[in-house]
Amino acid sequence: MANAARFELTDDSVVVIIGTGAGGGVLAYELARQGVKVVALEAGGRYLPEDYINDEWDSFGQLAWTDPRTTSGDWRVARDFSGLPAWIVKAVGGTTTHWAGASLRFQDHEWKALTTYGAVEGASLLDWPIDAAEMAPWYEKAEAKLGVTRTGNFPGLPGNNNYKVFEAGAKALGYKQVSTGRMAINSVDNDERPACQQTGFCFQGCKWGAKWSAAYTDIPRGEATGNLEVREHSHVARILHDNQGRVTGVEYFDRDGNLHFQAARIVALAGNSFESPRLLLNSASSMFPDGLANSSGQVGRNYMRHTTGSVYAIFEKPVRMWRGTTMAGIIQDEARHDPSRGFVGGYELETLALGLPFMAAFLDPGAWGREFTSALDHYENMAGMWIVGEDMPQSTNRVTLSDVEDRFGLKVANVHFSDHPNDIAMRNHAYRQGQAIYRAMGATRTLPTPPYPSTHNLGTNRMSERPEDGVVNRWGQSHDIPNLFVSDGSQFTTGAAENPTLTIVALAIRQADHIAREMSAGNL
Amino acid sequence: MSRLRKQGLTRRALLSRAVAAGGLAVAGAGFIAAPDAAWAVEVTAITEHQMATLLQMARDIYPHDRVGDRFYAIAIKGYDSAEHRAMVAEGIEMLDAAAREAGFDNYLAAGWEAERVAILRSIEDSVFFQTVRGGLVTGLYNQKEVWPIFGYEGESFSQGGYIDRGFDDIDWL
Repeated sequence: MANAARFELTDDSVVVIIGTGAGGGVLAYELARQGVKVVALEAGGRYLPEDYINDEWDSFGQLAWTDPRTTSGDWRVARDFSGLPAWIVKAVGGTTTHWAGASLRFQDHEWKALTTYGAVEGASLLDWPIDAAEMAPWYEKAEAKLGVTRTGNFPGLPGNNNYKVFEAGAKALGYKQVSTGRMAINSVDNDERPACQQTGFCFQGCKWGAKWSAAYTDIPRGEATGNLEVREHSHVARILHDNQGRVTGVEYFDRDGNLHFQAARIVALAGNSFESPRLLLNSASSMFPDGLANSSGQVGRNYMRHTTGSVYAIFEKPVRMWRGTTMAGIIQDEARHDPSRGFVGGYELETLALGLPFMAAFLDPGAWGREFTSALDHYENMAGMWIVGEDMPQSTNRVTLSDVEDRFGLKVANVHFSDHPNDIAMRNHAYRQGQAIYRAMGATRTLPTPPYPSTHNLGTNRMSERPEDGVVNRWGQSHDIPNLFVSDGSQFTTGAAENPTLTIVALAIRQADHIAREMSAGNL
Repeated sequence: MSRLRKQGLTRRALLSRAVAAGGLAVAGAGFIAAPDAAWAVEVTAITEHQMATLLQMARDIYPHDRVGDRFYAIAIKGYDSAEHRAMVAEGIEMLDAAAREAGFDNYLAAGWEAERVAILRSIEDSVFFQTVRGGLVTGLYNQKEVWPIFGYEGESFSQGGYIDRGFDDIDWL
């Protein structure tokens, strides 16, 4: 970027943002646009559409976060993928390169989970300190930024083969809310990016740029303002503070392993729900022995990953589900809160397709023999869907520091997760409904597939009205440290049933507005 | 390191110096080959018996009747290395011992897949089995030459995606 700014390490007037995904990338642009000087530190490298690879494993090697993490708890991911609790991205733009594009607002009642559902045993439910009315204008801005289909004047995307099976099955069961959904994938040329070419490989980075990603929208636009410097391959080790308990900047390792200190007026943490709490915990000091922003003891707790799972089905004739948009449609009838089903909260059903290599890895990890291979033999005749439902926050599902250290000698995140009974009841209901949808279309075999490594990582620095209940306030600002913000999905109080990116983006736009205003007023 | 090669050995030449190995592949001096000599794997660091057993084991773990042995051979040829020699020797001995427990001379001597699968089940928690199985997930299914057998089309960007190539061409609904 010709105009990209360069700031001094000693420049303590900058806002330092850690991470450049849906939260950090958007916050960086929205602040730079308003004249705020920003240094964004990104642990990964920079890849653009011409770099993305239409190949699942090669792309995984290019984009995925594969630095060590450890796992515990009774979730199957801890057994099958013990070092890979999440499938998320380490690159400029973060997981917005990998996401499928589903862009749904929370339902109104989901902002008030505790009030709506009542106390649930074993769950640490809480109401968000904000609500649907307050978020509505920010959702509008987020939808406009992302060019979300079926909002504004953007038409819906056309349905692919996988969607057509899904839609017909849903209608056969009497579902009404079935469509190709609200997607941050261009259905028409928009925002200097082309319309979707139905290429597939949405998870591998969109080579057309038809899917919105911060990597080639907000990040370069922020740099073009002259107010944003993105430092790639910059792995933050610690956030430092002064005697008054205000943060003063961050220490980070550059690509050569050299340690630097970047001063800051404000630090915004957007490293995702593993790295953000890890960094707060690794920043413990004599003044904050339990980690920064952790007077509540809530840092790292209430890790949520959505109640997920997949249903694949085999038909007599070909489907070729991999062709076209990976997440090509949605059924929303089950997203309602209806405890008569045996659980609180709801779930969405969304089409999903994996290529053969990932199907082999994820269909039934660890399985072998003909029961497994006879399913893969009919890969061409498979259709697939993904379950995404609200999971219960639990205090014991948490990110802590592991005994394992990374190459910089920093303790890595251990991710502990066990399903709540509500999660299990919801997943089983969704498995039944998903299989019924495909059986209605003549499926000869249905495959209720276990959850993959997490893509929706939420909670761990949750937002709360009262300081004792959470880590950040209604602005994502630390209850303890006024110039420390959290800007990613870790601030989620509860997870709702919807894919989280649109909400992360809306919160980041809102937070940028707040920070810029408070800086102007001299309050920050 | 071993290598896989197409070679012009005649069936008779091969059989003349080969030991039958489970009817699947033929093991000879320094190589194993398909009975019809369509392909062969040279072995350097491990024995022909070990390579032939690995090949049968790979097929029994992930049996696809339309996927030829040469693809399984590619998936396991990396075990023919000094680095893996001890692991392979110990692992195959464990497998053959389990086969003897089940009343066979060795693993390859068990004629039915179900018999071999029962033997594999008895060692499936071992590091050796899990290493071989885990390696096959990418070693077998990530071979681009295998994909068309399953109908998978792979990369599509260079062909303009599927917008004009059948993304919505389903005709049986």
